[in-house]
Amino acid sequence: MQQNDPLIIGGHQFHSRFILGSGKYSLNLIETAIKDAGAEIITLAVRRANTKEQENILDYIPKNVTLLPNTSGARNAEEAVRIARLAKELGCGDFIKIEIMRDSKYLLPDNEETVKATQILAKEGFIVMPYMYPDLNAARDLADAGAAAVMPLAAPIGSNKGLATRDFIQILIDEIDLPVIVDAGIGRPSQACEAMEMGAAAIMANTALATAGNLPLMAAAFRQAITAGRNAYLSGLGRTLVRGAAASDPLTGFLRKGEN
Amino acid sequence: MENQFFTDLKSLPKEALQKKLRLETDPSFRTDHMKYLPGMEQISSDVCGNVMSQMHSYDPLRYTAADVTAALAHDVCSIEDFKALLSCAAEPFLEQMAQRARLETGRHFGNTVYLFTPLYIANYCENYCVYCGFHCYNPISRMKLSLEQIEREMKIISESGMEEILILTGESRAQSSVSYIGEACKLARRYFRMIGLEIYPLNTEDYRYLHECGADYVTVFQETYDAGKYETLHLLGPKRVWPYRFDAQERALLGGMRGVAFSALLGLSDFRKDALASALHAYYLQRKYPQAEISLSCPRLRPIRNNRDIHAPCVGERQLCQILCAYRIFLPFAGITVSSRESASFRDGISKIAATKISAGVSTGIGDHESKYTGKETDAAQGDEQFEIDDDRSLRAMYQDMADNGLQPVLNDYLYV
Repeated sequence: MQQNDPLIIGGHQFHSRFILGSGKYSLNLIETAIKDAGAEIITLAVRRANTKEQENILDYIPKNVTLLPNTSGARNAEEAVRIARLAKELGCGDFIKIEIMRDSKYLLPDNEETVKATQILAKEGFIVMPYMYPDLNAARDLADAGAAAVMPLAAPIGSNKGLATRDFIQILIDEIDLPVIVDAGIGRPSQACEAMEMGAAAIMANTALATAGNLPLMAAAFRQAITAGRNAYLSGLGRTLVRGAAASDPLTGFLRKGEN
Repeated sequence: MENQFFTDLKSLPKEALQKKLRLETDPSFRTDHMKYLPGMEQISSDVCGNVMSQMHSYDPLRYTAADVTAALAHDVCSIEDFKALLSCAAEPFLEQMAQRARLETGRHFGNTVYLFTPLYIANYCENYCVYCGFHCYNPISRMKLSLEQIEREMKIISESGMEEILILTGESRAQSSVSYIGEACKLARRYFRMIGLEIYPLNTEDYRYLHECGADYVTVFQETYDAGKYETLHLLGPKRVWPYRFDAQERALLGGMRGVAFSALLGLSDFRKDALASALHAYYLQRKYPQAEISLSCPRLRPIRNNRDIHAPCVGERQLCQILCAYRIFLPFAGITVSSRESASFRDGISKIAATKISAGVSTGIGDHESKYTGKETDAAQGDEQFEIDDDRSLRAMYQDMADNGLQPVLNDYLYV
């Protein structure tokens, strides 16, 4: 395994490339999920932490894990900014994952509003990680607005459908200098592995674990798949033949040597 | 069929009794239920037309086992698939439907279940809805809480740990004015994170005002989408105006509310058609207002004070389960609330399959939380209940039972922004 390969987000170094969600399973599983996933970052909805609840989700997250509060529930940039500021007041740190949806059915992010919120929050000193639809122009705008990473969706959230937007995520990986963290839709470790082989910087998953029969075991499986995919990416994948086999007699063998 | 609801209330004054009897027996004595009353806002909307044309053409007996199998095989449930899942032919497929529903619920909500409680602040009513315990002829103990009493009730509920409240009134604008409800919302903001309303339908501007007071969700039960049947059950009062009620959720969204909830009261008319219309009402409105959060519930008729015979004989627990599974498969992202009208065992079972929200610590009476929550006897006046509940578990008991079921109870997942 590659030892010296940190993930750097907003100047912070991480050694795990698996970002864990927290919202869809029992609170008492969070700690073991983090341990088995080897995760160093966990997301949580600010609206869920905004509670006097006897069991506040914040109390279940080990202190050495970096919190990535998200702005779910925000329908526009203004609401996202307010939720981000509240996250800071609640003691959730400087990281913020911007989620802006004005669609309750698919929960697809609104890129335009996300760019606006990123501009404001980056200026305020937040380490901004926007959830986005994988669009190159929007990703460039987010980078210009001060995002610390971009988080394109692989498939609709909760769908476990895998890399439905594969080609567009690849374009972001190729063209954007920020970490590209694949978020939403990753349903299996093999899909996480594939995204990592493509050059994704990290994977974020929640539903895939929450709906697994054995959450800690699935967390471990994702951890291994992400490491495998990362190592494959770093080692440089071998060639893949699209069609047919390699001809032992080259088709261009008739060309005489020494001629231009 | 409507006569099963009529009660011979001999204690009423003679004039009232005569009027009640005439309303029940002489349709010409009743007002036009499709005509708006002065002051009722009329919005231009195609939602009602869409829902009604689907409902009128729906024949639950036309579908076959093959239609149901095909519906269950489809990744995305179309309206036609949904009709098959609601049909009689789907009853033998209940277990497969439940499996699919559980999968969809897990994808969208994980294993969480939200808890809330209703707070009735007044039970005065201007309407004669023959099946309801609050109807204006029913000689029950009436009460409207003062703001001090409301705050006291809220404090007691809040101390139990509850963070979401649903404020309800009887449907009397004269007794429970919009500003009175607004003051209740402002008080609720001090004690709760999330405030929903289940009150009489309002105009857009009234909804906007109540949103500014802190409310963000509006529930309106259409009771039945069969307007002809509705006319025979809602004999007097503003509630009689069926189309004004239908457009209430849309006006609430126009007034800035975040989410709206829909329901028919199952047992009043053909429950399969009413279930179809409820879900399509939510479906078409969400298509028109994609940001709107929608939720559905599925209450069945329950006995009321002075008429213990009221119930929904055609809608058994299997049928109720079928409807809830069909809702979940058709609208995987929608909230589904299951009322304390249902038994504890049903609510425990359905929350593992399709429900996302259940009430706990419920009282449908007025001003009785202290006696119900603490067991303390009180001399203070209390108002009678709207209907009899079945599942009377407290928040603490419900929380524990849900956790024992492998679910994560959530008391708040909401921010007022």
